[in-house]
Amino acid sequence: MIRHLLAAALTLLTALPLSAQETPVQDLLQTHRALIEKSSRKTIQPAIDALAASGLPQAQAVLQAWQDKDMWQREADGLFFKAEKIDKKTYRLTDFDSGRTMGEADKSTLDQQKPNSGIRALIGSALVQFQLSDPDPARRLDALTSIQRDPEAAHLAPLRASIDSEPDPDIRARKVRLATLLTIGYAKDETARIAAIESVSGDLDRDVRATLNPLVQTRRDVTAGDIAGDINVARILTPGAEDFPRDEAYALLVAKDLAPARISNDDIRNALAAHITEGKVGGIPVAQLDDPAKREQAYAALAAAGTVPPTALSEDVETALSDHIFFDAYADPSPAVTEAANKALKSIALNVGTMQALDLGLDALSLASIYFLAAIGLAITFGVMGVINMAHGEFIMMGAYTGYVVQQFVPNYTVSILLAIPLAFMVTFAAGVAMERLVIRWLYNRPLETLLATFGISIALQQLAKNIFGTQARPLTSPAWLDGAWVLNDVVGVSYIRIAIFVLALIFLAVFLFIMKKTRLGLETRAVTQNPRMAGSMGINPGRVNMLTFGLGSGIAGIAGVAIGLYAKVTSEMGADYIVQSFMTVVVGGVGNIWGTLLGATMIGFLQKGIEWFNPSNTLAAQTYMIIFIIIFIQFRPRGIIALKGRAAGD
Amino acid sequence: MKSSFITRNPSVLIFLALLALFTIAVTFMSEAFGAGLISTSFVKTLGKTLCLCLIAIAMDLVWGYCGILSLGHFAFFGLGGYMIGMWLMYARTEAIVISSLANAPIPPTAQEVTDAIGTQIFGVVGSSEFPAIWAFADSLFLQLVLVVLVPGALALVFGWLAFRSRVTGVYLSILTQAMTLALALYLFQNDSGLRGNNGLSGLQNLPGVTASQDTVSMWFLWGSALALGLGYLLAAWVVSGKFGSVIRGIRDDEARVRFLGYSVEGYKLFVFTLTAIIAAIAGALYYPQAGIINPAEVAPIASIYLAVWVAIGGRGRLYGAVIGAAFVSLISTWFTGGGAPDINLGFYKILWTDWWLVLLGLSFVTVTLLAPQGISGLFDRLAGFRSPRRHGAALGPDKGSLQEKEATE
Repeated sequence: MIRHLLAAALTLLTALPLSAQETPVQDLLQTHRALIEKSSRKTIQPAIDALAASGLPQAQAVLQAWQDKDMWQREADGLFFKAEKIDKKTYRLTDFDSGRTMGEADKSTLDQQKPNSGIRALIGSALVQFQLSDPDPARRLDALTSIQRDPEAAHLAPLRASIDSEPDPDIRARKVRLATLLTIGYAKDETARIAAIESVSGDLDRDVRATLNPLVQTRRDVTAGDIAGDINVARILTPGAEDFPRDEAYALLVAKDLAPARISNDDIRNALAAHITEGKVGGIPVAQLDDPAKREQAYAALAAAGTVPPTALSEDVETALSDHIFFDAYADPSPAVTEAANKALKSIALNVGTMQALDLGLDALSLASIYFLAAIGLAITFGVMGVINMAHGEFIMMGAYTGYVVQQFVPNYTVSILLAIPLAFMVTFAAGVAMERLVIRWLYNRPLETLLATFGISIALQQLAKNIFGTQARPLTSPAWLDGAWVLNDVVGVSYIRIAIFVLALIFLAVFLFIMKKTRLGLETRAVTQNPRMAGSMGINPGRVNMLTFGLGSGIAGIAGVAIGLYAKVTSEMGADYIVQSFMTVVVGGVGNIWGTLLGATMIGFLQKGIEWFNPSNTLAAQTYMIIFIIIFIQFRPRGIIALKGRAAGD
Repeated sequence: MKSSFITRNPSVLIFLALLALFTIAVTFMSEAFGAGLISTSFVKTLGKTLCLCLIAIAMDLVWGYCGILSLGHFAFFGLGGYMIGMWLMYARTEAIVISSLANAPIPPTAQEVTDAIGTQIFGVVGSSEFPAIWAFADSLFLQLVLVVLVPGALALVFGWLAFRSRVTGVYLSILTQAMTLALALYLFQNDSGLRGNNGLSGLQNLPGVTASQDTVSMWFLWGSALALGLGYLLAAWVVSGKFGSVIRGIRDDEARVRFLGYSVEGYKLFVFTLTAIIAAIAGALYYPQAGIINPAEVAPIASIYLAVWVAIGGRGRLYGAVIGAAFVSLISTWFTGGGAPDINLGFYKILWTDWWLVLLGLSFVTVTLLAPQGISGLFDRLAGFRSPRRHGAALGPDKGSLQEKEATE
């Protein structure tokens, strides 16, 4: 107390000469000195308001320093300074008004102002208005972002005030929008809130939903008599209804101290165990206590004797439940506001649903293009030539590993991918040709054995890859320009890789059609497929054509491998993951027709995404149901969506 | 009648005699009943191999005789294992729970026992409720019935759907593979009710049996040998009579058999379902010896291995299937278990645990290409009834029908 008086006296003495130098901020601080020194959240507001409303250019710096705990008071004269630490004991003082350095001072002669977190928050909201009209647009944006992240009622007024003076149209739009959201959440005026809510109805931004949802949040409550008038009731609940079981209702009563607790079965058992006397509890032999009814009886006997607390019986529960009214109440007290919010949310939900459907469609399309990529090579070997190649998945894997190896030597990702695609084609083309020459051509008349022999190659290749590259997944990094996503709004977004895969699938389709319809090889392939002997008589070498066709199919699998490797991890088992789906795609679409494969891939992709939509957390179940669906589908169209007719159908 | 069946199939007697001899020999060398020359774990391996031989017979019946390359028989095998596993796991957990609750001062109520068992079994998948499919898990008899019923019903429905729409050849193979994949994916889910990818474990402990694992493994070996013997008899009987001729006819030329007035779909469905049941029984004997079953066992790859065994052993001959399954699975165990000596090439050391699958895959290709009759082709040579080397035409117009030189039956 004495110290304060002394300080006040000193201030009077020293303030006189200083005031001659125009020190408006220091004067202001001195006016509210008592409040600042007291530093209590409840009383500090006038001091902060005075600074904020002073219109002084230095006010912001003062508030900032205060908030950062950089404001120190010189004990000698009670003046406030911004202090900088020089070393442990010494601080450099800066005058708020002039910005001049006022020399150094020993720490013991200074008194740090340590506003608590409550006061710092108050200072923070006062600072907002300065930041919102800061000449630097970046700082204005920062202020908006920080308000958006952590909105408060106090931000509303300065925000509104700053809109008119805002020169930048973009920032102005953001301010208006943020003001609308704050109005919804914090404005006192009900009609303004409702108008704001209606203005954002149907808006897809996440912020809008984040603002509206707290308004319609409900809490569960119970009352003995009528519901108080100031409670905004969402709905009345009936105990025993589907979403409000009786146990929950009674637990609510117990939690509100409106009914005695029921002792749990476990506690009853423990209580009984604690009161065994001469092999009996409450007169009932222990051996009979494996029956719940007997246990209750024994507990009731104990409770009657006063050894254990009584428990509520089922009749008590019954009356307690019927005597009370259970209801959900909105957190916001105004029914008009919650009604408007509900309406707005409903229209938002409708829009979100539409957008989600669009997003799902895009997802399905990209999945379909992945399946199509994986299956197109198979559409050639299996669809056109009728050769079952179980090692097709391993060709995909070989392509992906080729991409990985290329990236080890070529560090530039764009160049390495462009290099990997033809290399992968060459590697798998060579592997396909070798396999056709060594194995498959001996088995053209025995399709089942082709299946088994190529399966043998498949396990050998898989294990070989495991031996060379190890079991862990290898990354195939996509170039930077494929990172990121094309974002339409908060709901719909597609990553560029998926778009690239979709484009690649389209290119493959075009290439396939071109080769089959416009080139010599395609012509010869079709001829050999339809009738090898006749083709042979016409001067076509069926062996060579088969070899090249098989190589082509395998080579395309290799390129697909690079694309799939960019999208998923490269492992020795990645081929096996796609082989069944690929066969499904070809079989469902219709063997021997590329359009069928396209349709099959589209159908399977959309189907899988559609099933996932019903149960998004469970992709395993989606795959299960999809396969079951395909099995049933084949019942009705055994030859696929597009079935070849006549002689081309073979058998 | 009986004698004529034996005289027409001398191989059955030889097989049964060899099987009996093998069982007796193992018994006398086991730790439980004999000299202790072979360890209990090896007895288990032998017992499991017998079960694999049994499912190989089923595969041979459906593929080698009826021409249906099913890539789904391990699904039935696994389902059989799951069905018996449910009882084993339930009964054993019940015994453990009851004995631990018996020490409590207050005897437990029935509900408490059930809850405790549920928590024990389903705790790993974050649940304690018994799913509906466990309704019969407390009864050994009902679960044994389910061993036959569940895979049988699945095979019946699937086969009916597939054969009715005339799905044949490689399409059928892919379809069966899809079925297996669907089942495996379903079982992998935690909420499938069968503990997701944890599978069922602790199956080697028979509830209520105090005998040591040495003894129990011998019981299972005997049981497996008996099942194999009976399965072989049944399969030999099925393929020996007119029925056998019809299904071989279906294999060689389905359309011609159909035009002769036989209900091809009915025959196929019967064979498919029968072999599914045999596979399920084999699985029900296999998994108590393996001790654990999880969805990976049902994965499509397992069924393809089954086809590999039968192909290497020689399809179209029942003993060929048995030889193939026993040979390949035992040699696999030897190679992958580190039994085979590694080869040091100086610059590279071939570790068989890594390279065995490569060898298996390549030898499989070789067998398919060069020796379609598999190992049992050697027996034909020994017996001297090798067919004359006519590079004959196919026996049927269908692709994949047997060539004349292959058809010796």
